[in-house]
Amino acid sequence: MEKVHNVYSDEKIYKKLLEDKNVTVDDALDNEMIINMGPQHPATHGVLRIVLRLDGETVLKAVPELGYLHRGYEKMAEDMSFIEFIPHTDRLDYTATLCNNVAYVLAVEKLAGIEAPKRAQWIRMIVAELARIAAHMVAIGTFAMDVGAVTMVMWTFRERERIQEIFDRLAGARFTTSYTRIGGVAADLDEVTIKMIKDFLDSFEPVLKDMDNLVLHNRIFIERLEGIGILSKQDAISLGITGPNLRASGVEYDVRRANPYLFYSEVDFKIPIYAEGDSLARYFVRGDEVRESVKILYQCLDKIPKGEIMANDPKKVLPHKTEIYSRMEELIHDFMLVNFGINPPVGDSFFSAENPKGELGFYIVSNGEGNPWKMKIRSPSFCNLQAISKLCEGAMISDVIAIIGSLDPVMGEADK
Amino acid sequence: MEVKELIINKVKENIGEANIEFVDAIGDFSIIVKKEKLFELAKFLKESPELEFVMCKDVTAIDWATRKKRFSTVYHVYSFKLNFTLRVKTNLVVEPYKVESVASIWESANWYERETFDMYGIEFVNHPDLRRMYMPEGFEYYPLRKDFPVMGIPGSLPLPQKPE
Repeated sequence: MEKVHNVYSDEKIYKKLLEDKNVTVDDALDNEMIINMGPQHPATHGVLRIVLRLDGETVLKAVPELGYLHRGYEKMAEDMSFIEFIPHTDRLDYTATLCNNVAYVLAVEKLAGIEAPKRAQWIRMIVAELARIAAHMVAIGTFAMDVGAVTMVMWTFRERERIQEIFDRLAGARFTTSYTRIGGVAADLDEVTIKMIKDFLDSFEPVLKDMDNLVLHNRIFIERLEGIGILSKQDAISLGITGPNLRASGVEYDVRRANPYLFYSEVDFKIPIYAEGDSLARYFVRGDEVRESVKILYQCLDKIPKGEIMANDPKKVLPHKTEIYSRMEELIHDFMLVNFGINPPVGDSFFSAENPKGELGFYIVSNGEGNPWKMKIRSPSFCNLQAISKLCEGAMISDVIAIIGSLDPVMGEADK
Repeated sequence: MEVKELIINKVKENIGEANIEFVDAIGDFSIIVKKEKLFELAKFLKESPELEFVMCKDVTAIDWATRKKRFSTVYHVYSFKLNFTLRVKTNLVVEPYKVESVASIWESANWYERETFDMYGIEFVNHPDLRRMYMPEGFEYYPLRKDFPVMGIPGSLPLPQKPE
């Protein structure tokens, strides 16, 4: 008889949950329920599945299950050149595509020893901060929607739409930007785009105030979040939580400050921290971070120098298209780069950047060929999701939604 | 520079010079440790009051395919006190590929080791919950090993049976 694979059964998970003998129930009915939340559930921000063991409405144990969006990017990366992988970074954290683009090219540049021109680096900072605002808008909006404040998502998405329009003009696409290149950026920031950014920033501050007024005078919103899902400082560090979730637990750690990349050491900004560690604190941190990003953007627009946007390093950086069609040298270089890759030196390097969700790291191992020998994506959402089982224990089932919303995972990144 | 010297001195003192090797390349500092001493080193790195590498950022493995040492496991740990990211590597030479789990030291290593087990088939001894992370239960292959084709293996993921 042919062997029947038990691929989709969850016997092991159920068994594990049932075997936990530490919990005694003094209920008259004495029954516990095991239910599946997700993967198709609007409040799970994608295809996250959580197996819950309930006693009435109280969660006794929660086991997150991942892998419903696993596309195997780490395997695919080993089969393509460094340049070819840039569009795939868009699909990691799809709410902040440009942050991923920037982090990836910086990781490759660190490995290959390329330095982008100053103007390109300032442009990268501008687009990364804009993407951070856009991602936090999504995070705040959907978070508020999860706990019942549906108006919020309309307001935040309206603001986000204006940022997408800037990206549309700058990169040619609203979501799948693929804007950065190894050694620079794809297109220059022109006057019209700068004006669009300035207009957006000028009108953004009052809107943020309105948003805060909308939800913070709402008793339902406060009571559903205050004191829910408290993550202590020690737990946050030992669970490897990064980004806004870590700062909401009172740890002042931001990669932009701890290990500055680009020109973050030259701009003035604060790192907002909150000591409470509950869901409401995680809301406040995101709001404050958006305000800091606005500050950074104003400084970037002031300080951005004129100059080249692609490094002059023909063996490693793609030439401009008009040069390929008119000059022999550039044609040869383009052919070599596209077909054989940039061949960084043998070795391995780890680079991490501060993304809206946390610390996005790329660990690249090179054996001197055009394709990476190995690429590991250290995705912040994956690690932040580890906190769910700890936060949900003892919470009500409706709090699970608030906790997921406050952690703000993006499954495209967690599942890679 | 100071930080690196401090780490070198402290680790040499406590783990023994014969068991470790230091590499400083492409802007990253790494320690290569013998497999038997990995757990001891991890415990020391976290608990030493001068170093305090309290956060484990990442655990992964490298499949070297043709080399004698088939696998390396790689750990990235971070110290808030020193503001320093340290890489710890260990080589797994003989089958079965087993290494002591560090999940009891750094909680975040729990899922990372599950992921590494899922992708490379490296067994982490004393791991609290060593299941597959992404691939379904019952999947027989380890996708990130170099002998697994990029296109996948047809039939390796059977569809659920249709109800009659």
